[in-house]
Amino acid sequence: MKPRPRRSPLSALSSVAGLLALSLVGLLALPLIALIWSSSTADLRAGLGDPMFAPALALSLRTSVVSLALTVALGTPLAWWLASSRARVARAVEILVELPIVIPPAVVGIALLATFGRQGLLGPLGLSLPFTTQAVIVAQLVVSSPLYVQAAANAFRKLDPDTLIVARSLGASPVEAVVRVALPIAGPGLIVGASLAWARALGEFGATLLFAGNLRGETQTMPLAIFAALESDVELALVFALVLAAVGALLLVGLRLALRAQRSRG
Amino acid sequence: MSGESWRASVRARLGDFELDLELDGDARPLALIGQNGSGKTSLLRALAGAIEIEEAEIVVAGEVLASSSAGVSLPIEARRVGYVPQGYGLFAHLSVIDNVGFGLSTSLRRVARAERRRRAAAALDALDCADLAEREIAGLSGGEQQRVALARALVIDPALLLLDEPLAALDATTRQTVRRALAAHLRAFRRPALIVTHDVRDVVALDARVCVLERGRVIQRGELDDLRASPASAFVAEFVGQG
Repeated sequence: MKPRPRRSPLSALSSVAGLLALSLVGLLALPLIALIWSSSTADLRAGLGDPMFAPALALSLRTSVVSLALTVALGTPLAWWLASSRARVARAVEILVELPIVIPPAVVGIALLATFGRQGLLGPLGLSLPFTTQAVIVAQLVVSSPLYVQAAANAFRKLDPDTLIVARSLGASPVEAVVRVALPIAGPGLIVGASLAWARALGEFGATLLFAGNLRGETQTMPLAIFAALESDVELALVFALVLAAVGALLLVGLRLALRAQRSRG
Repeated sequence: MSGESWRASVRARLGDFELDLELDGDARPLALIGQNGSGKTSLLRALAGAIEIEEAEIVVAGEVLASSSAGVSLPIEARRVGYVPQGYGLFAHLSVIDNVGFGLSTSLRRVARAERRRRAAAALDALDCADLAEREIAGLSGGEQQRVALARALVIDPALLLLDEPLAALDATTRQTVRRALAAHLRAFRRPALIVTHDVRDVVALDARVCVLERGRVIQRGELDDLRASPASAFVAEFVGQG
């Protein structure tokens, strides 16, 4: 019979690591549990019937879908250029694109006011966006599109340039090579980037509050409705928060399914 | 110029590297040898039209692919070259048969789906791998990938075949079988083919002439025996001595 191996220092280390990991999982899960716990069915019914709810949810979905469409339409060519260009200016642009990720949203909001406000940089052109639905979309676009561009550029960088040369040699025009070969191969990366961007746009709060304000039906998205509800009715804020969390969870599940579908196709 | 002959003179600058050479040949395969960074892959890409060129005269089977003097440079898709890169460049999101049929599905050469599948299947069959048709790329062995890539290149009936180290990614035993198959197919192909290789056994099996590149220039060309008799560099001596 072999002697039982003594617990190695490595296994002690792995228990400590497991404990650390578990405490983070707990910290991430607890608020969600609390959120579900603290709303009764009656609260939920009352919250969903509140006059603030439907316009805020509709506005959130509408603006975030528009900003996502703009992000993909404008961000894909930009990501392609960032991934394929070796020029120094491309690296500079890359840093510029990443800046909104590290700049606090409140700063972005103020900066947008300074740009598109009546007294702003583009004011003399007669352009005044603040406190409109367009302002909500612009704020979402600025804070969320960098996440997509970054993910898409990384996906494009992983493409083997030879696959594109081969596609061309087989008769594909440059556009065909991109649409039929590059985009499908980079697909999973693009989907991840797009859902990150959408989630970020859906949750956008700081820049929207400063730049677009909190006008019901016009600029009051779900996060702003939570903020407004909190001032008078905590229960209501909790219900709104629960709905927003559910939308986020649905987004995550949808993303997983889309990725799995993509993978099983090849 | 006869039906299978070709000639190319190319001058291109890629960063610090300069490609400057003249080559010609006929339907007999030409093996390109040289150290890493000698310009073999760049030459293939230049012929395919995939890199920016300063000056080029490329004529294959009487058709001008590029001529700086005449102001002609056909885009890649119009050159009818079968390009098989080193990693094969297979499209991971498509099945084997859709990879092979890709060249018959582009706007330049669109063929009805049934006919496309028939011709792709025939191309696979010609390379003894008809059974791979419905497989995914990710599940193929190196030798299978090599055949699929070759079938895909041949399906467009290329005037010129460019193979970049077609056997390098294979293990020793597979390499032997695939080398024999490749030699048989190139004999049947009867059109110009340029093959980058690091293995003198490929040259022998393919009955190829040899062209030695060094720093973007041709330093020696001829039959294997010529190279053996008077190798132009230590690299050539090492190459011919290895078999």
